[in-house]
Amino acid sequence: MRSINKDSPKKIAEVIEASATQFSAQCYELYEIPPLGSLVRTGDIYGVVAGAETTSLEPGRKPIARGKDEASEEAVYESSPQLAKLLRSELTAAVVGFKNGDKVVQYLPPQPARIHGFVYLCQPDEIRDFSRSFGFLNTLIDADLPVPDEEVVAATLRQMSQAHGDSRTFLVAAGKELAALLSNDYLRLKNILGRLTPA
Amino acid sequence: MVENLKLGIVTAASLEKGVDVRLDAPVSVEDMVVGRYVTIEGQKRRFFGMITDVSLGVTDERLAISPPDVNDPFIADVLTGTSTFGTIHVTPMLTISGDAKAVLEGPQPVKTIPAHFAAVNLASEQDIENVFGKEDKERFNIGNPLDMETKLCLNLVELVKRSNGIFGKSGTGKTFLTRILLIGMLQKSQAVNLVFDMHNEYGWIGTREGGGTAKGLKQLFPAKVAVFTLDEESSRRRKVSTDFVVKIGLNEIMPEDISILRSTFNLTDLAVEAAYQLYKILGHDWLNKVLNLGEEELEELLKGATIHEGSFENLKRGLGSIGRLGFVVPEAKGDSVKNILDFLLQGRNVVLEFGRYQEIGAYLLVANLLSRRIYSRYKEQMEEAIAVDNEALKPRPLVITIEEAHKFLNPEVADKTIFGTIAREMRKYNVSLLVIDQRPSGISEEVMSQMGTKITCLLDNERDIDSVLAGVSGKNELKSVLSRLAPKQQALIFGHAVPMPVAFQPVAYDAKFYASLTGAGQKSTTEQVEKDIEELWK
Ligand SMILES: Nc1ncnc2c1ncn2[C@@H]1O[C@H](COP(=O)(O)OP(=O)(O)OP(=O)(O)O)[C@@H](O)[C@H]1O
Ligand SMILES: [Mg+2]
Repeated sequence: MRSINKDSPKKIAEVIEASATQFSAQCYELYEIPPLGSLVRTGDIYGVVAGAETTSLEPGRKPIARGKDEASEEAVYESSPQLAKLLRSELTAAVVGFKNGDKVVQYLPPQPARIHGFVYLCQPDEIRDFSRSFGFLNTLIDADLPVPDEEVVAATLRQMSQAHGDSRTFLVAAGKELAALLSNDYLRLKNILGRLTPA
Repeated sequence: MVENLKLGIVTAASLEKGVDVRLDAPVSVEDMVVGRYVTIEGQKRRFFGMITDVSLGVTDERLAISPPDVNDPFIADVLTGTSTFGTIHVTPMLTISGDAKAVLEGPQPVKTIPAHFAAVNLASEQDIENVFGKEDKERFNIGNPLDMETKLCLNLVELVKRSNGIFGKSGTGKTFLTRILLIGMLQKSQAVNLVFDMHNEYGWIGTREGGGTAKGLKQLFPAKVAVFTLDEESSRRRKVSTDFVVKIGLNEIMPEDISILRSTFNLTDLAVEAAYQLYKILGHDWLNKVLNLGEEELEELLKGATIHEGSFENLKRGLGSIGRLGFVVPEAKGDSVKNILDFLLQGRNVVLEFGRYQEIGAYLLVANLLSRRIYSRYKEQMEEAIAVDNEALKPRPLVITIEEAHKFLNPEVADKTIFGTIAREMRKYNVSLLVIDQRPSGISEEVMSQMGTKITCLLDNERDIDSVLAGVSGKNELKSVLSRLAPKQQALIFGHAVPMPVAFQPVAYDAKFYASLTGAGQKSTTEQVEKDIEELWK
């Protein structure tokens, strides 16, 4: 049994759908979806947040507009406390690797994630550990994602760079890896690089 | 630059076309200059090659169409070496195998190519030394390979085994380079030099562009060098310590000396023909007679000969200009030749200054005439030594230096002049040439092909470049190196005396160089010589 200590990553969601390349998870709190590109883990499997949505709990039933007579958006939720129970936030993660014993490998795991598996948001240490190599970029570029993959790749690298002391060096190294991967698709490369430049 | 810097990896290669190398990201294309040496670490052997082209590559043509924002340092950092990269083209020149036996055999010609992704490094000082050797009793430091600090050493003993050439357009440093080579020969080889010094640059003192002087051979090696002059007055004015004043007798001039002057003196073929006829009829003193006898007397002598009037006049006009040269006397007893030979056979180098007689006609006449006679003496001596099978009797190897070589060795006259003979004989009689020329395309192809080692400074005329590189393997690649040499003090050497072609910067001919010469006249002796000259010309 895993002992809980203060360094443990935070449990944020639970897997509700899983395939070899992706998994979806329902967040425990409405709207508390990790940012696009965040590194998450369920069991031994690593994923990158590649899409998110907040929908009505009951499929096919759309919420109705309620704010016409309210002063603020918060007021809408305050006057209808049941709303939080009728809506839910979900994330979709692209699988980018897994833990094989002690080693992190950056290719698809032999099995998909387990339903009801807890999803943790990785902390800087784990992110640094994972992003020591860039094999995952290839997986991401080739994945069939709900969000344009250029956005996901860029968001992932931006997120990861924050865990690295010298984020520019990290981004340049990652950029070079991308340049090699996209050697015959300069326009795609350009789109991604344009989204990496620290503003 | 850092020793053994890794430049990149081999991405393509063929024996015919050479090796393509993709540069690593940190290596700037702008540091890659044509002519530099690199090593390629193959699996079984190392290759030595010269950078012969530098280019830029992109992985995707669209990069060139909509260029990235390179002002953004991030984008620039990412793209250099990845999507945009530099490539160099390397022409392999030599290989060294890894096993012990091969190390003994030394560098070998290239018969294969390195495998994919073999690492390419800048050649280190040690690499260059392994190939060209260290300064020793046969090797002389002539400069540094381009952009390197290593000494480039030339084996002078090998060099003087054949005739050699120094080329380059005007003002590129041929004279300075020649002086360096002459000093090298003087120090490291058994050969003795005879220099026909048209512009008085080699013997005592030379000039530098932009002012200043350069020491001549005798100032540096007073005991080993003698200066002969054709123009005593000019030498005295220039305070040159001369050893002998050379006179040429009309009786020493032969019809073949006239034939080399044909185009210089605008002689017709028939006029040259007439010279031979006159010689046959009038004997050794033919020139004297032609120039000095009265018309009737001459007519009497030439009765029966079929010399066309016009040809005779044409010839006489040409001969007249020879007669007017200040160093030409009616009769000489061959003292000049004898003296030069005496010095040479004692191992003293002779520089013959032309003083004010710098017109090409005088130069051709004197160089041809003296060389012809010296050569025939060499030939006799060699034949005698061979007859009795005695090495010791063989005369010392002689190297004759001539400038404006194309005037002696153009296809029209090359097979008639003594120089053509010497060039073709590959020093059968221990005589070889050092030719200096700014228009090598004027030299006969056959003569060019006989030259053992060629050193060429910048040439910009396509035909000159072609003629210098004719028959060299990797000609096209070397061409790009040659045509990109600096306009001064850079040269390319290739041929017999070097294991592979190399572009280099000749040593600076200055006080530091003088001081580095072993056995060069110590200060005291130079001063002594200067005193002697003062005495001499009092
Ligand atoms: N090794 C050298 N050391 C110092 N200076 C040099 C050297 N080589 C060339 N130079 C400089 O370049 C100038 C031209 O060189 P040099 O007289 O040798 O040219 P050249 O090729 O003989 O020219 P030309 O065809 O006119 O005779 C020299 O006057 C000198 O200033
Ligand atoms: Mg010169």
